[in-house]
Amino acid sequence: MKLNVNGEDRDFDGDPNMPLLWVLRDHLNLSGTKFGCGIAQCGACTVHLDGKAARSCSVLAAEAQGMKITTIEGVNAGHRLLVAWVKHDVPQCGYCQSGQIMQAAALLDEKPKPTDADIDAAMSGNICRCGTYRRIKAAIKDAAGVA
Amino acid sequence: MSERKFGEGAQPSPVLTRRRLVLGGSLLGGALVVGYAATNFGAIAAGALSVGAADANPGVFGPFIKIDEAGWVTVVNRYQEMGQGTHAGLAAIVAEELDADWEMVRFESAPANAAVYRDVTMGIQGTGASHAIAGSWDQLRQAGAAARTMFVQAAARKWSLPIDSIGVRNGVVYHVASQRSATFVDLLADAAKVAPPEYPKLKDPKDYKLIGTEIVRRKDSQSKSNGTELYTQDVRLPGMLVAMVAHPSHFGGKLGSFDISAARKVPGVVDVFEIASGVAVVAKDTWSARLGRDALKISWDDAKAETRSSDELQALYREIAKGKTDVTGSAFQTKGKVDDAFDGELFEASFDFPYLANAPMEPMNCVASVDGRRVKLTFAAQIQTVDQINCALAAITLPGMVEIETLPAGGSFGRRGTLTSDYIVECVNIARHVGGGRPVKLVWTREDDMSSGYYRPMAHHKVSIKCDEDGLPTAWRHNIVSQAIVPFGANDLPTHGVKNSPYLSVASVVDARIFTPKLAVPPGLWRSVGNSQSAMVMEHTVDLLARRAKRDPAEYRRAIFTKVGDVRKLAVLDLVCKKAGWGSPLDAGWARGLAIHECFGTVVAQVAEVSVQGGNLRVRRVVCAVDCGIAIAPNQIAAQIEGGVCFGLGAALYGRITLDHGIPQETNFDAYRVLRMDEAPAVETHIVPSKKTPTGIGEPGVPPIAPAVANALLSLTGRPTSSLPFVI
Repeated sequence: MKLNVNGEDRDFDGDPNMPLLWVLRDHLNLSGTKFGCGIAQCGACTVHLDGKAARSCSVLAAEAQGMKITTIEGVNAGHRLLVAWVKHDVPQCGYCQSGQIMQAAALLDEKPKPTDADIDAAMSGNICRCGTYRRIKAAIKDAAGVA
Repeated sequence: MSERKFGEGAQPSPVLTRRRLVLGGSLLGGALVVGYAATNFGAIAAGALSVGAADANPGVFGPFIKIDEAGWVTVVNRYQEMGQGTHAGLAAIVAEELDADWEMVRFESAPANAAVYRDVTMGIQGTGASHAIAGSWDQLRQAGAAARTMFVQAAARKWSLPIDSIGVRNGVVYHVASQRSATFVDLLADAAKVAPPEYPKLKDPKDYKLIGTEIVRRKDSQSKSNGTELYTQDVRLPGMLVAMVAHPSHFGGKLGSFDISAARKVPGVVDVFEIASGVAVVAKDTWSARLGRDALKISWDDAKAETRSSDELQALYREIAKGKTDVTGSAFQTKGKVDDAFDGELFEASFDFPYLANAPMEPMNCVASVDGRRVKLTFAAQIQTVDQINCALAAITLPGMVEIETLPAGGSFGRRGTLTSDYIVECVNIARHVGGGRPVKLVWTREDDMSSGYYRPMAHHKVSIKCDEDGLPTAWRHNIVSQAIVPFGANDLPTHGVKNSPYLSVASVVDARIFTPKLAVPPGLWRSVGNSQSAMVMEHTVDLLARRAKRDPAEYRRAIFTKVGDVRKLAVLDLVCKKAGWGSPLDAGWARGLAIHECFGTVVAQVAEVSVQGGNLRVRRVVCAVDCGIAIAPNQIAAQIEGGVCFGLGAALYGRITLDHGIPQETNFDAYRVLRMDEAPAVETHIVPSKKTPTGIGEPGVPPIAPAVANALLSLTGRPTSSLPFVI
């Protein structure tokens, strides 16, 4: 099958029931999308499907066919969220952060000027065991230009 | 090679003195045995552990500093970077003394080699007890200062000027009067010819330009934000196989009968075989390994397994604490004569703590290859020396033959510091079966990780306290029941935070004992270890005592700290009270709770603002004061306190692993609830100025939050807390 990842058509001839997460990581060599829980509870594997945030551990390869898949590798180096993340020294262990950024990017696409409540609502599905939540929130607000 | 000494001084560093000597003659078919000058047993042991290891080749500036032709100053980090930001603090210590340009400083992980990279206090290479900065302070200052001196001497020779007329700033060596200057790169070849000074002059802290400033920031924020950081889970090597293992469902369970025929037929599965810890499925990719494992048919032998439930064990622990079982207590602190000290009216309280999983975001994993007696590991190693020994035993080789490339960890919170190296040995066993040096990546699912044990051990504390007419303790009896995390010596870790507490110091009679039951559930190291339980017990008890004496909790503590002369705690307490507005009114329905605790040499006080709204416990603000000695990286100190509060708060609110007939019930984040963004309080960190040797920051932020919340609840509702988690 063909999967459109970060604007490129990629061939995948494995099990169509393989979760997209493992297709990306093991077969397309895109390891920025992380494995955390496997049951859509932690958000570490968040990607965009047609611009919406989705948990790639719980989407099958066959289901992602025909959709525009964007991973952290498809986020521009100068993206305002990446800049804000570094400015605020958000990451600690860093393992959840690509998922956090993909979730935050989807939020800003939908709500360019999010309130604190918007951020809590959008981001509370993404776990950070290091507890960087307040820095994530500050970085999102900084990137969005809201106080 | 000539004999060189790098930065020896206050702390003798045999690590840095590179001498060849005969340790054990010719082992391993004549392999060159490289040992190191031994001034103590640790150095001899470290040398022996490194037999067979590749020569660490310290380079001209010693084993911790590399400077290249492009001008990069690379600081070699012998500790695990698991998020705690150690690399930034270590790099800052070197850069400060070297007067390097911070923008040109980077870091890399050290190879596993105890002879060169052991922690000078622990005697092994490993990361724990929040010790990286404290354990490196003298060594890295001296290394940085020695390198700086070499550049200054090189410039002095080149320019024919006196040494003390030459300065260094931001990686540039200069002479003001003659307006001459040269970069480290310009002087690199000349500096390499200078003999490193034995006792380089260290800076006066008042001259620090980097340490203690906001310039010191993480060096890995970029790679950890854009997805390019390489974790163990991301390792891909030519020919690499992926393994999953079916483990017994019970702790202490063993493999009974099993049928692997269906698993073998799963496309992508390469091999299925028995190993010591279960049945391994080896496949071409992760998903095939998972499907292969799902297809296994196994019956486990639970004859010797732990089959009791959490409530049974907790009831048993309470009986043990009362001395009603055959588990006897062993004294860890006694003072004065018990005689009639506990007669009359006593304050009594007891506390129950559940098992807790570390649950880092990256489930445990490891990459190993075994080729004859050579073992190569690529993973987020936390205690390299212990892992080398355990893996050498598994692969029947020497610890020095176990090469480790240490990667950053997607969290650990102690899980990767497991003293049996459980998952690492499992990976080596699989790689050994596969053989031929073919790399194998062992992948644990979240469920594998959370049901694997090495939990913060279940515990019970029972206190009986006699007070004087001012309400201050005069006699303190304390019984702790907890498994031993370290399988030898006294069961010391659970006593941390109780032993030598000021609250015991103020009493004239102390009778403190630990009871150590033996269970098949493996206990482990959980961020701050015994402190996360003892802080809850001590700080909540003290609030209850203050309340009983009708005294303000801050004033009550101040009286005790004054009486025992604990000036550090007094300063931290005063700062937190000032910054939190202790005693000032709060809006209706909110209350403050205070706690203060010393953990691994660092004192942290926290004031939490808490409310119960519609049955939900809310914590909106936590004000923290910290004394960690000289604050090297204030931004990362704040980050660790913020993270410690979230980690400790999530555990206090929701954390528990419940055993049902021995089987862990919470095996993923749906059942094992952790703190999420909408529950994360605003955390403010205030640092007490200090000129003392720095102490750690990775763990000390965790312990005070549970009692701070319990004390706020006490203030709100009048009800004490006797068990965690708060929310059931």
